[in-house]
Amino acid sequence: MRVTATVNGRVHSAEGVRPTESLLDLLREHLHLPGAKNACEQGECGSCTVYLDGETVCACLVAAGQAEGREVVTVEGIGGGRSSSLQEAFLTCGAVQCGFCTPGLLVSAHALLARCPQPDDRQIREALSGNLCRCTGYEKIIEAVRMVAEGGSR
Amino acid sequence: MTFHSPTRWADALAVRAEHPQAVPIAGGTDAMVELNSGRRRPDRLLDLSRIAEVSGWDTDGGTVRAGAGITHTAIVAQLAESAPALAQAASTVGSPQIRNRATLGGNIATASPAGDTLPTLLACGAAVELHSVGGARTVALADFVTGPKRTQLAPDELIAAVLFPAATGPQHFSKVGVRAAMIIAVCSFAVALFPDRRSVGTGIGAAAPTPRAAVEAQDFAAEVLPWDSLGHLDPAVAGYFGDLVAKAADPIDDVRGTAQYRRHALAVIARRALIWAWDDLRGAVPCG
Ligand SMILES: Cc1cc2nc3c(=O)[nH]c(=O)nc-3n(C[C@H](O)[C@H](O)[C@H](O)COP(=O)(O)OP(=O)(O)OC[C@H]3O[C@@H](n4cnc5c(N)ncnc54)[C@H](O)[C@@H]3O)c2cc1C
Ligand code: FES
Ligand code: FES
Repeated sequence: MRVTATVNGRVHSAEGVRPTESLLDLLREHLHLPGAKNACEQGECGSCTVYLDGETVCACLVAAGQAEGREVVTVEGIGGGRSSSLQEAFLTCGAVQCGFCTPGLLVSAHALLARCPQPDDRQIREALSGNLCRCTGYEKIIEAVRMVAEGGSR
Repeated sequence: MTFHSPTRWADALAVRAEHPQAVPIAGGTDAMVELNSGRRRPDRLLDLSRIAEVSGWDTDGGTVRAGAGITHTAIVAQLAESAPALAQAASTVGSPQIRNRATLGGNIATASPAGDTLPTLLACGAAVELHSVGGARTVALADFVTGPKRTQLAPDELIAAVLFPAATGPQHFSKVGVRAAMIIAVCSFAVALFPDRRSVGTGIGAAAPTPRAAVEAQDFAAEVLPWDSLGHLDPAVAGYFGDLVAKAADPIDDVRGTAQYRRHALAVIARRALIWAWDDLRGAVPCG
């Protein structure tokens, strides 16, 4: 089937999408946007986190057809083309090791700061609770989010 | 292989009638896990995510009617007053990403013994409204879920809504797990006080083949709670209530815990939930 969606502000169409494929397959395999990562396909790890109509979702659990006509923003889109201050803060704080979890964490953290610009640590932990990281131990990630919150910009 | 994506409820029911083997998919947080793992290979999907008619809620004051498509995020934001225990349970489901998609109807249709909304809905005496092209029927939730992941849903039916009385008193939901987020309950318990009719509702999760009410415990509490004086809750009453809840469970040993642990934990969380709910009720009334 054919699926058309707005991704990072541009209308994209893909042909030959199988109805059981996910939004993650649509992005990575059909639209060649590899930012959202595929790790578990079970909703457990959050490495595939993207915005769908303004809300964060696990792209692996959305059927590709459910994204038809909708607005998707991936990690490639949150910096508005340039790397955002959140992305810079992840680098500065050492919140990236292997980097596999980073795109999903950036989208979750971006959503938190949009909703709640000055989160406390409890709110940061809750907002990132659906994103697993096997490398950093999370402290550096929380520090990076805190840094942007205190700096007052994204 | 076909993907049906109706925008009207009547059209969804028509697809359901014509293709009963089509798998309904709402938030996809259970259904996509099965598709991705290859456990299920349907030749048709019926997408319910575009149907605005079933994704909201309304109330006539006394009764709340929550559409099957309402998400857990919306439950937390919008139903905390009329269904406090349901909102507490919804806030413990998965992660923000899961709650943004996962629907109430999906949680009920999955009918997991550990489905977190179910004990809270049982505590309120909820009913499920089922629709087909042939009409509608309403079934008590306690009867709708017939076994682990088994329900009374007919092949041509869809869950349209859940009906329950709006809260008239305090409610509490407690869930035992190894961390606060992303956890399937080891066991869970919900209590709802309805001071207007002096009744107490309960729901036990993850400690029997289906979520179930602890009928003896709730009848006992309704009988002995000092509704008139709103006096202190006798600790022995709370303790006995906890024991009756544990007795009503029928837990198993599995990777998340032993049957013995579940019974013990249930007695503890049920006792505390009753104490908290009763204290809330006393606090809410001037000069309690
Ligand atoms: C990482 C992760 C964490 C989770 N954590 C929890 C948790 O803490 N607690 C918990 O209870 N659950 C949890 N779940 C399970 C799941 O999120 C819930 O059961 C959720 O409510 C399912 O809703 P859905 O809309 O996503 O259902 P879907 O996946 O869309 O559908 C689930 C089932 O219900 C059927 N269905 C859906 N809507 C209808 C309808 N209107 N009428 C008839 N049938 C219908 C579908 O055919 C399917 O069989 C978790 C899942 C994941 C992936
Ligand atoms: S790949 Fe989607 S949550 Fe892990
Ligand atoms: S940096 Fe390796 S998983 Fe997070």
